[in-house]
Amino acid sequence: MLRYALKRLGLGIIIVSVAMVMLFAMIYVIPGDPASVALGPRATPEMIQALRSRMGLDQPIWIQFFRFYFSALRGDLGTEVLSGRPVLDVVFEQLPYTLALIAGAISWSVLLGIPLGCIAAVRRGGFVDRVIGILSVAVIAVPSFVIAIYSLLIFAVALQWLPAIGAGEPGNLASQLKHLALPSLAIGVGWVGYIARMVRASMLETLEASHIRTARAFGLTDRRITYSYALRIAILPTVTLLGVGIGNMVSSAVFAEIVFARPGIGKLVYEAISVRNYPVVTGAVLVTTVFFVVVNALADILIGALDPRVRTSLN
Amino acid sequence: MTVLDVKDLSVDFATEAGTLQALRKVSLKVPANRIVGVVGESGCGKSTLINAVLGLLADNGRVTAGQILFEGKSDLVHLDGTGMRALRGQRIATVFQDPMGALNPVLSVGKQMRDIQYRSGRSRKEKDALSVEMLRKVRIPDPEHRLAQFPHEFSGGMKQRIAIAMALLMRPSLLIADEPTTALDATLEVAIIELLKDLQKQIGCSVLFISHHLGVIAELCDEMIVMYAGEVVERGSTRDIFHNPRHPYTKKLLACDPARLARREPRLPTIPGTLPDLRNRPKGCVFQSRCELADDVCSTMPPDTALSTSHVARCWHTDETAGAAA
Repeated sequence: MLRYALKRLGLGIIIVSVAMVMLFAMIYVIPGDPASVALGPRATPEMIQALRSRMGLDQPIWIQFFRFYFSALRGDLGTEVLSGRPVLDVVFEQLPYTLALIAGAISWSVLLGIPLGCIAAVRRGGFVDRVIGILSVAVIAVPSFVIAIYSLLIFAVALQWLPAIGAGEPGNLASQLKHLALPSLAIGVGWVGYIARMVRASMLETLEASHIRTARAFGLTDRRITYSYALRIAILPTVTLLGVGIGNMVSSAVFAEIVFARPGIGKLVYEAISVRNYPVVTGAVLVTTVFFVVVNALADILIGALDPRVRTSLN
Repeated sequence: MTVLDVKDLSVDFATEAGTLQALRKVSLKVPANRIVGVVGESGCGKSTLINAVLGLLADNGRVTAGQILFEGKSDLVHLDGTGMRALRGQRIATVFQDPMGALNPVLSVGKQMRDIQYRSGRSRKEKDALSVEMLRKVRIPDPEHRLAQFPHEFSGGMKQRIAIAMALLMRPSLLIADEPTTALDATLEVAIIELLKDLQKQIGCSVLFISHHLGVIAELCDEMIVMYAGEVVERGSTRDIFHNPRHPYTKKLLACDPARLARREPRLPTIPGTLPDLRNRPKGCVFQSRCELADDVCSTMPPDTALSTSHVARCWHTDETAGAAA
């Protein structure tokens, strides 16, 4: 298990490094000079030149890259162009809001999707199964920003059950959760559909397995067979799917944070791009990449914990 | 005493192409402390018979007639889910064909053995102690430590031993063994047969042993049942069936056993013809289309002719089949 974790760590470092190369290349080829954008149209060529050399933009490209790479490893993602604050501080200030949003979205999708998938599989072919099937496809098909706007109109404007914008008072957990409910539902609801369908399919496959017949032949109750013997196996593809889906959720978070006027990484990146605040863009994207890699590694470790066959094959 | 008494059992499956009669008027008895073998080709209804006894017929399957008396009292055909669950794994236990897939891959052997004992009211420690004792009986080395292991950490033969240990854990009165050695290689097969024989004596249960391997049946079983196309065509003591087969199908089946050939044959014998379509059963005898003795009378249902107290053949022509051993 330890060796496996180390392997995953090595793989993670490689993925992050590749992401950094691409990120760096992308910013390098974007037209427009960050120094002149930062200083505005009235800047003199001398001022632009001075800022360029302060930002290191006059150095050869490979020196620029290695500077970027090694300072990032040390946790130095540069300073914000306008305020001069370290980028890492700016990103970490916003990160908890996005993490909460994604955790909320995962909670919605897992807490609704897994039971719905199990019920559909157990009642295969029945009315309940059909209703769950249609609803699943419907929520997958509707884009999350449409759901965001409609849930805002229904629950916040018409019914006034939940607040429309913001992230809640700092330090007040109840208020923060209330503010989290709608945006996380908007991101998670499509995943409820994905997970319900995925769990249903793998559950049906697992219930056909001969060890399930053995369990029945030993007189175990249907409840125990479904939720302990079959679900333990049927859940595995869903864990992998969620690990990969986190990346997708981060991009949905951009919409949700704008629609619900919430602070967070998505909103930060969106605003930084519109003013070409490149250090913030690279910093935020890099932190998100690291987050994605860590979550995927955790998903794989979780699968190892759930499936002893995987554990053995790794040792 | 008779542990399992199946009387005139018929089972239908509803399929898209019409009703398939998988079992027709199947009768058999498993006496206490006996090993009864069931032999027949693939598709002859062996698995349907087991599933009907266990109450695990597929959703489209239905018992249309007959009784399954267990331990002389409960008719399993009319028992509800709860009553059936109380018997399965406790009084009637099963060992399945495929040891690789028969155990849950993500739960430890110890956990699965504890779960089988969920009705016993014992503590976790007592359950584990019983599991260890049972694993020792099936000759799993170092059972205390192996309880924590998962099925994939055992070999195929060991998995089948564990499956047997699980089946016998609650000291059932009937053990159903569904081709338990088919997936194993020949040396392991002998070991498992010896083990089953040994444990059956120790525990004092009856065994319904399903196989298509005549040699194994001859070695292990006291009595045997020959099935063909969903019917029991002949039943009797193993000695009767092997030395004095009276149903034409049994005779031909025995003649096809490579182990019984007197000399080397360039081509192994087969039974000409094919199984009848079970969706559209022939009237009368199921074997008539492949039988040399078939005549007009065979188009009406043959009676179960008693040839001795225990030897029965479902055939019109048992007089003509006497003596001429295959």
